[in-house]
Amino acid sequence: MDALEIARWQFGITTVYHFMMVPLTIGLGLVVAVIQTLWYRTGKPEYLRMTKFWGKLFLINFIMGVATGIVQEFQFGMAWSEYSRFVGDVFGAPLALEALLAFFVESTFLGLWIFGWKQLKRGVHLACLWIAVIGSVFSAYFIIVANSWMQHPVGVEMVDGRPVMTDAWAVFTNNTALVAVPHTLFGALGVAGAFLLGIAWYHLWRRRHDGIDVVGADGRLVVGEADIPGRDKGDYTVWMRSLRIGAVVAMISFAGTALTGDLQGKLMFEQQPMKMAAAEAACHDGTGFSVLSVGNLGAKNCDDIVAVIEVPGILSFLAKGDFTTEVKGVNSLLGEYKEKYGTHLPDNPLYGDRAGQEIQYVPVMEVTYWGFRMMIGFGGVAALAALVALWVTRKGVVPGSKWLMRLAVFGILAPFGANAAGWIFTEMGRQPFVVAPNPDMNGIDQVFMFTAAAVSPGVSAGELMTSLVVLTAIYAVLLVVEVKLLVKYVRGGVASAMPELAHAKGEHRVKDEASDNNDDGAPGPDKADDVLAFAY
Amino acid sequence: MELLPTIWFVAIAVLWTGYLFLEGFDLGVGMLMKLFARNNTDRRVLLNTIGPVWDGNEVWLLTAAGATFAAFPLWYASLFSALYLPLLCVLVALIFRAVAFEYRGKVDTERWRTTWDWAIAIGSFVAAFGIGAALALTTTGLPLDANGDRSGGPFAWFSGYALLGGFGVVAFALVHALAFLALKTDGGVRLRARRWFVRLVPVAVLPMLAWMVAVQFLSGKAWTWAIVVAGVVSVVLAWQWARNGSEGRAFAAIGAFVVCATASIFGAAFPVVIPSTMDPAFSLTISNASSSDYTLGLMSIVAAVGLPLVIAYQAWTYWVFRRRVSAAHIPEAHGFLPAIAAKVLVAKENTNPSNPGA
Repeated sequence: MDALEIARWQFGITTVYHFMMVPLTIGLGLVVAVIQTLWYRTGKPEYLRMTKFWGKLFLINFIMGVATGIVQEFQFGMAWSEYSRFVGDVFGAPLALEALLAFFVESTFLGLWIFGWKQLKRGVHLACLWIAVIGSVFSAYFIIVANSWMQHPVGVEMVDGRPVMTDAWAVFTNNTALVAVPHTLFGALGVAGAFLLGIAWYHLWRRRHDGIDVVGADGRLVVGEADIPGRDKGDYTVWMRSLRIGAVVAMISFAGTALTGDLQGKLMFEQQPMKMAAAEAACHDGTGFSVLSVGNLGAKNCDDIVAVIEVPGILSFLAKGDFTTEVKGVNSLLGEYKEKYGTHLPDNPLYGDRAGQEIQYVPVMEVTYWGFRMMIGFGGVAALAALVALWVTRKGVVPGSKWLMRLAVFGILAPFGANAAGWIFTEMGRQPFVVAPNPDMNGIDQVFMFTAAAVSPGVSAGELMTSLVVLTAIYAVLLVVEVKLLVKYVRGGVASAMPELAHAKGEHRVKDEASDNNDDGAPGPDKADDVLAFAY
Repeated sequence: MELLPTIWFVAIAVLWTGYLFLEGFDLGVGMLMKLFARNNTDRRVLLNTIGPVWDGNEVWLLTAAGATFAAFPLWYASLFSALYLPLLCVLVALIFRAVAFEYRGKVDTERWRTTWDWAIAIGSFVAAFGIGAALALTTTGLPLDANGDRSGGPFAWFSGYALLGGFGVVAFALVHALAFLALKTDGGVRLRARRWFVRLVPVAVLPMLAWMVAVQFLSGKAWTWAIVVAGVVSVVLAWQWARNGSEGRAFAAIGAFVVCATASIFGAAFPVVIPSTMDPAFSLTISNASSSDYTLGLMSIVAAVGLPLVIAYQAWTYWVFRRRVSAAHIPEAHGFLPAIAAKVLVAKENTNPSNPGA
């Protein structure tokens, strides 16, 4: 592998990894904020327990997003210095604003939320979480504005061979970003929904399995209690409510991603027609959507590919909203791209060994074709599973089947898969460009950059390989650690996030807890007040 | 002299100052986890002084880097690519350190805690050293060619200044953290921190002082020399105040020292952002490395509103958590029994009457 390939693998691995943590952070953050709001409004103990439990898992995951996020910001300059030089005038601003307006808010107010359970009044404490969560939504907005500029450059003029921002409004309201932001946020909710659903299902199943809850002869559930911290009757409510919230969130997510994805697809057919043709592995112009295409998707000669099952009209619907408009295939687009952007890479030292080579305008079709289908498939399966789960548990009973429980737990992975597939599709579908040309813009559709020219000329393949190996190894180890901790805390149940449950005595724990919380808030003369509410 | 690039040069110097001042003490506290704390309770006291704030402090680094990218893309591109391996070390250090803070208390075994304690201590050391080295090199010079790329291989960036900057920030972070602990804790930790501070501060500021003076010899001006002197005065004051038990003043004074350090160093380097050691003509300056006035103007407006806001709510955080932390405040480690494993234990006890626990 040469420097370019290593740098691309590194960016791909670190970004996909980072984007496992991020959607869970955003989605779960929103869900926990809503649950804590419910607690604030109703004072019901189950909402406090849910806040603490899901909040704990949220934090275990959050820190990984923070830690891997720093790599993202540094690596543009480290591995992609030519890219940074080329786009800095317009691309740097959203990154700087992300740090200044979003990361500061997120990290500061989350710190207040974690440590401020006693120091802050209940309302202020809740507000801190909301502010932090809104900060994370803003950070999604800023980074997608930056990414969307790479997909669809707007608001710039070329000055001395570099794009210079002339219209910030156009950059920050890029239509590509305006549809990608909600699409990403709904995708994040899907991750959170499946996460709640799977874990809650496991706990409800486990309560039956352990004989705490028993299904009576009439098919109704008799909720019981075990003499174990946290596994009382209130525990059942915690999981049942979590399961339902999770299922509903997962379905909202699917509806949202489908609607925004449709808008996004229609834009993409205009802005990056080659990406969409490659998503279809469609060589020839047509109207049909391929359900299954066979042939060598990776072959340079696109004519090998045969669509075995095709639904007529659907492709036109995805692209244009009707069933008859012909959508251009790879073969007719190739000619257009060659005419507009050249047939060979410039003979410039910045292209390294690739200088003067023929340009491959067709992205890797195995990736675009299957990436597109995996995104939709995983998303759809998760939503369907959520619907089924809601129906099956409508009477408040989770089936005793071990396999269904396992399915629910492994179902947590489906939205992660959909998110990763979507990003891999859209980023690899943009190749060979790192900044894709914007065909709409008269006169300045020459604002584009080939990925081949974007790497750091001064950085050796050896250095890049070192960082690729080091980062991948560390990420792998940390993934194991994170998952183990999550599993430990999931198995620990609510008591793992609320040590006070373990210390509580007496039959009516839930009631004690509730009355405790009503006068919670301002520091009082309580004896426990000298001890930090939360401490590392 | 161009107005907007100058403003942004100052803004970036301010961001680095904010970073070194704030993360300075939490990097130092991280290193002190192994150098100073005697037992687990000490370590938890240390951790909880920075618990609510360290992540917010670290964002100053992200903002400094992001602002450099936006305002001086060529500076960002050349500096970060030239220092590829050192910055990789910084990244790895920051990753482990962040994860360690959060995960250390999540499993109640000695081995688990010790592992993450080392991650915090070494992570803090490497991050402080790497950032210090990077700042020293951007103010003293890198072997950049006409395109702004490093020539001479993966280690061509190395110079004595890297060591000066690295040790400068490490040693400063250590004493800054001692002053912080004296201010933020109570009991034994507080007294020891003050004692250590008084003993160490005269030596610990020397490498950073050497870096300040070195930059003055390279490109100093009268006013930046004056700031170096002010830095020395603030160290003397910090030492004196710490001896008298004025912990707040001592902390402020040692903080003033790092403000003097960045002011004198960036002030002396101005308007050059990276001197090229190959040919002065290849040096990056605020004029040839900056973004357009349009971008800088936009950023100026946002920063003028955003930065004071950040300072205000971060200050509020310090106010909320203003209470001194001592061993008495630390809750017992909650070694919980996993609910689900606990069930199994109970079942075993019930079915086996010979079990001593039953």
